[in-house]
Amino acid sequence: MIRDFFKTLVSNRKSLVGLCILGFLVFVALLAPVIAPYDPKADRTVTIKPLTEADRTEDELSSDTPADDEDLSTYRVTTTQDFEKHTKYFPLRAKPSAKHILGTNHAGNDLFSQLVWGSRTSLLVGLGTGLFVTFISLTLALLAGYLGGAADDIISFITNIMLVIPGLPLMIVIAAYVTMKGVFPIVLILGLTDWPYPTRVLRSQVLTLKNRDFVRVSKALGEKTSFVVFREILPNMISIVMAEFFQACMSAMLGEATLEFIGLGNLSVVSWGTILYWAQTNGALLSGAWWWFLPPGLCIALMGTAFILINFAIDEISNPKLRRR
Amino acid sequence: MAEEIQGTEKETAMLEVRHLKAGYGTLKGFVRAVDDVSLSLAKGGFLGIAGESGCGKSTLAYAIMRLLKDNARIESGEVLFKGRELVGLPESEMRKLRWAEIAMVFQSAMNALNPVLSVGEQLSDAALAHRPDMKKKEAMDLAVEMLELVDINADRLKSYPHQLSGGMKQRVMIAMALMLKPDLLIMDEPTTALDVVVQRTIIEKIDDLRKKLGFSVIFITHDLSLLVEISDTLAVMYAGKICEYGRAAELFESAHHPYTRGLMNSFPTLTGPISRMGGIEGHAPDLLAPPPGCRFAPRCPKAGPECSAREPELVDMGGGRLCACHKPEVSNA
Amino acid sequence: MPENNSSDILKENSGAASRAAAQGAAGLQPSAAPALELKSVYKHFPLRGLSAHGRAVHAMDDVSLTLESGGSLALVGESGSGKTTTASVIARIYEQDSGHIIVDGEEARPFRSRAEALQYKKKVQLIFQDPFGSLNPTHTIRQILERPLLIHGIVKNRGELDAKLNEILELVGLCPPGEYLDRYPHELSGGQRQRVNIARTFALEPEIVLADEPTSMLDVSIRMGIMNMMLDLKAKRGVSYLYITHDLAGARYMCSRIAVMYAGMLMEVGPTDEVISEALHPYVKLLKAASPAPELGLSRGRVAAKGEIPSLVDPPSGCRFHPRCPYAKASCSESMPELREVGPGHLVRCFEV
Repeated sequence: MIRDFFKTLVSNRKSLVGLCILGFLVFVALLAPVIAPYDPKADRTVTIKPLTEADRTEDELSSDTPADDEDLSTYRVTTTQDFEKHTKYFPLRAKPSAKHILGTNHAGNDLFSQLVWGSRTSLLVGLGTGLFVTFISLTLALLAGYLGGAADDIISFITNIMLVIPGLPLMIVIAAYVTMKGVFPIVLILGLTDWPYPTRVLRSQVLTLKNRDFVRVSKALGEKTSFVVFREILPNMISIVMAEFFQACMSAMLGEATLEFIGLGNLSVVSWGTILYWAQTNGALLSGAWWWFLPPGLCIALMGTAFILINFAIDEISNPKLRRR
Repeated sequence: MAEEIQGTEKETAMLEVRHLKAGYGTLKGFVRAVDDVSLSLAKGGFLGIAGESGCGKSTLAYAIMRLLKDNARIESGEVLFKGRELVGLPESEMRKLRWAEIAMVFQSAMNALNPVLSVGEQLSDAALAHRPDMKKKEAMDLAVEMLELVDINADRLKSYPHQLSGGMKQRVMIAMALMLKPDLLIMDEPTTALDVVVQRTIIEKIDDLRKKLGFSVIFITHDLSLLVEISDTLAVMYAGKICEYGRAAELFESAHHPYTRGLMNSFPTLTGPISRMGGIEGHAPDLLAPPPGCRFAPRCPKAGPECSAREPELVDMGGGRLCACHKPEVSNA
Repeated sequence: MPENNSSDILKENSGAASRAAAQGAAGLQPSAAPALELKSVYKHFPLRGLSAHGRAVHAMDDVSLTLESGGSLALVGESGSGKTTTASVIARIYEQDSGHIIVDGEEARPFRSRAEALQYKKKVQLIFQDPFGSLNPTHTIRQILERPLLIHGIVKNRGELDAKLNEILELVGLCPPGEYLDRYPHELSGGQRQRVNIARTFALEPEIVLADEPTSMLDVSIRMGIMNMMLDLKAKRGVSYLYITHDLAGARYMCSRIAVMYAGMLMEVGPTDEVISEALHPYVKLLKAASPAPELGLSRGRVAAKGEIPSLVDPPSGCRFHPRCPYAKASCSESMPELREVGPGHLVRCFEV
C-alpha cells in the first residue's frame, strides 16, 4: 500500500515536479557547506599567513597599505612565529558581483550563502514541525475517534476551542513572550498552534473507518483494541495522514518565515525569514535592492509550491474519482 | 454470417441496434464493453436485458442515449430510433431527443435527487430543461400530474428527498423520466436497492404506466428471475455480447444457451421441489483480455475444442429465438 | 425448468434422523439442547438529540427463537425489520435490554474477562453482507486469515499456521491456496472475497454461524456456488446456521425452519416449506406474492401492496402490520396479537388466523 502511494505520487506529473523541487531544496540544504561560498554570518575573510624571516622586513610591512575594507596587522604568538592576519571585509549592502553573486546585506554577510544555509533552517523547521503536528494530531484523532465517549468529548472540546482562536495572532502572542534559543522554540510554538485542524480531519476519518465492516469483523473475532487501531484502522489512513503532513509542513514553513519576518523569531538564526526581516528593516524594499528580498521570497514560494504540487497527487489518492483513467 | 434480427414490424420498430461496438479507454487499454450487440424493440414492447455486473449492459444503455463519458466512445454500429440514426447525430439534435422522446432512469437514481430542492422543483426543472418554452406554472402542473400517475399524493410536491422512503424516491425518478411523455424509457437497475415488496410495486407501476401511456421499456438488471415475469422479450448478455434473445416465458422454459441455462439454475425456487441446484462455476472474464473464441467457454460445462477456437455467432433458432452457441441445447428440460 | 441432480438431492428437514446423521458425520453427540435460544429479547436504541423526547428505535420487540443444534433457521425480513440487530445482539456486539440469550444451554452474560469474550466469539461467529467491506484493503489474504488463528491460539507454531491456512482455503474451494495467500482483496472477485470471509469464519470452528445476507451483494451466477458451499460446510462441520435474508426462495433453499420479522417483531415462525406454502400470516402472504417466482410464469396477478414499512421509532399501535393488512379489523389496531401455535412448531402472530 505504501508502495502504491509513492507510485501514484511519482506518476502524477504535478506532484513529480513538486517532488523534484523539494528534492532539489533538500539537496541544497544537505550540501550547504559545499555550495555556499562563505559562512553565512561571516562579514570578512581572514587569511592568516605565517611570516617567515624573509617576509619580515620593514619595507614589506609598510608597503602593504590596507584598503578601506581591509585590515592588516601583524602579531606575535607565543611561539617564535609571527603571523600576518589579512582581514578583508565584505562590502556592506553591496550589489551582486562576481565575489558575491547576490550581494551582501547590511552587516556584510554574503546573501547567497545566507540563502543556501537558510534552506536548512526552513526545511528543518518545516519538516520538523510537520512531523510534530502530525504526531500530535494523529494521536489525538485516534484516541478521540476510536475511544469515543469522554475521551472524544474532551479532546473535541479542546480542539474546537483552539480552532476558534485565530492562529497567527496566537503565534505572535506566544512568540513575544518566549525567549528564543535556537530554532526549537519556534517548532514548539508552530506545533502547538497548528494541531487542531488536522486533528479534526483525521478524527472524522477514524470515525468513518471505525464503522467499516472489516473493523467490526476484527472486533467480532476478538481482536485487541490496540491491534484494531494500529493494524486495521491506521494503515487505511496513510494517504490522508501524508496529506496532512505536507499541509502541516507548508504552513509551518510559512509560519516560521512569518514569525521571523515580523521579528518575533530568533533573529540570530539564518533563515529565509530572517533575511527578509533584515531586508525590510534596512529599507531594501524602498531602495529597490531586489537581490536582497527577492531570492528568499522566491525560495519560500518555491517550497510552498512544491508542497502544493505534491498535494495534487495526494488528492488523487484520497479521492479515486479524480484519477485520470 | 450473423442473422439479422427480425422484428415483427421492422419499419415501425421503436429501437433497433445493429452491431453496436462501444467501450472505454483505461490506463491498461481499451475495454470493449459492448461487442457487436444487435437487438430490436417494438413499439410499446418491454425488452429486458439481463447480465452480471461488468457485462456491458449499462454501457449499452448509455451508448443508446449517447451519454457515454469522455473516455468512452461508440466504435461502430447503428442505433436506429424510430428509423432515425442516433450514432453520429450532432449533440444539439440529440439533446432535443433526450427526455422528450427517450428518457432514462439511472442506477441508484434515487440517490441522484438533489437534497436541497423540493420534489416539485426538481420535477419541473426536468421538464423546463428540455422544453424552455414551457411556463413555470405549466411545468408544476405537469409535475403534479406525473406524481399522481405514480401514486404519490400531490401534497408531496413540497417535500424534500430525505422525507421520502426509498420506494417513493424511485417513483419520483420514474415520474421525472416520464415528464415529457417519451416514447422509450430505459431503466438501469431501477429496483436493485429496494425491498422485495417495494420492488414488486414499482414493477407493476411501470407495467401499468406502459399500458396507459404506450411507451416502450428497456429494463436492465442482473436479476433474471425478475425479468422473466415482466418482459416481453429478453436478451441475456455475457462479457459484452448477447448470448441469447427471445420471448421471456419461452426462454425460461427452454433456454438454449448454457449460460442462460446456468442462470436459470442459479435461482432457488419458491414453490417448486427443493433440490440441489448447480449454479455456474468460475467468474466473469476481464474485458481487457477476453478469452479466445466463445467467452463463456471457460465456465461452460459443455465446452468443446471448437468453443475456444471460434466465436459463435447469433443464430436464428426459429420462433424469434436467437442463440450464440456452438452447442446449443435444444431439448426441453 | 431448472435442472436438478437427482442423485444429489439435499433436502433438509427438521427430522431428528437427518440431524443426527449430520452430527454423527461431524463426530458430535446428538444433543437435545438447542444450539441457540432467544427468549423474549427486547432491544431499543434511544434517540439522541434535542428532538428525541425519550423516543427510541424499537429494533427488537419480544423476539424468541430456537436454533436446533446442527440445524438451520432463516430469519427473513425486509429492511427495517430488525434482523440485523438480532444478529448483532446474538453476536454480543450489543447487549439486549431484556430477555435471555442462551447459547448451548448457557445464558450469555456481559463478558467479565477477555478470556470469556474470546470463548464466546469462538462459538458464535458472524458473516457480513459486504464481501469487499469485510476485508481490510491493506492486508493480504494471509494476514487476514492469520488473525483469528493467532488471537484464539488455535495454532502453536508457524508450521501449524501454514497448514491450517491451507486447510481453510481448500475448505472454501480456493485452490491452490498458495495462489491466494499473498493477494490483496481488490485482486479477488466478489465470490472469492466472500469465500475468504467464510474461510475466516470457519477457521475458528464455530458452533453457530450467523450469516447476514451473505449473497445479496454477489452476482447472481455466483450466489448458488456460495450457498451450496455453505450447505456442504454445514454438513461437514455440523454447525448451526442463522441465515438472515430478505429472499424467501433463498431461505427455502438453505434452511429447514424460518422466522419472518416485520418492524422488529416476529410474525410467523415454523418449518420453511410449511410457512411458505401455507403463507398464513398476511405479511408472509404479501412477501410470497411479491417474491420473484419465474416458475409460476405470468399467471400471477397483481400484488397491489399498499403502504410502506413503518418507522421503528413510532411503530403502529397494536399489530404492526395492520395499516397495510387487507384483513385488518378494528381489534388489530387496539391490541397486540401473541405468537400462537397453529401447528407443531408453527407459530403465527395474527388475530385473523
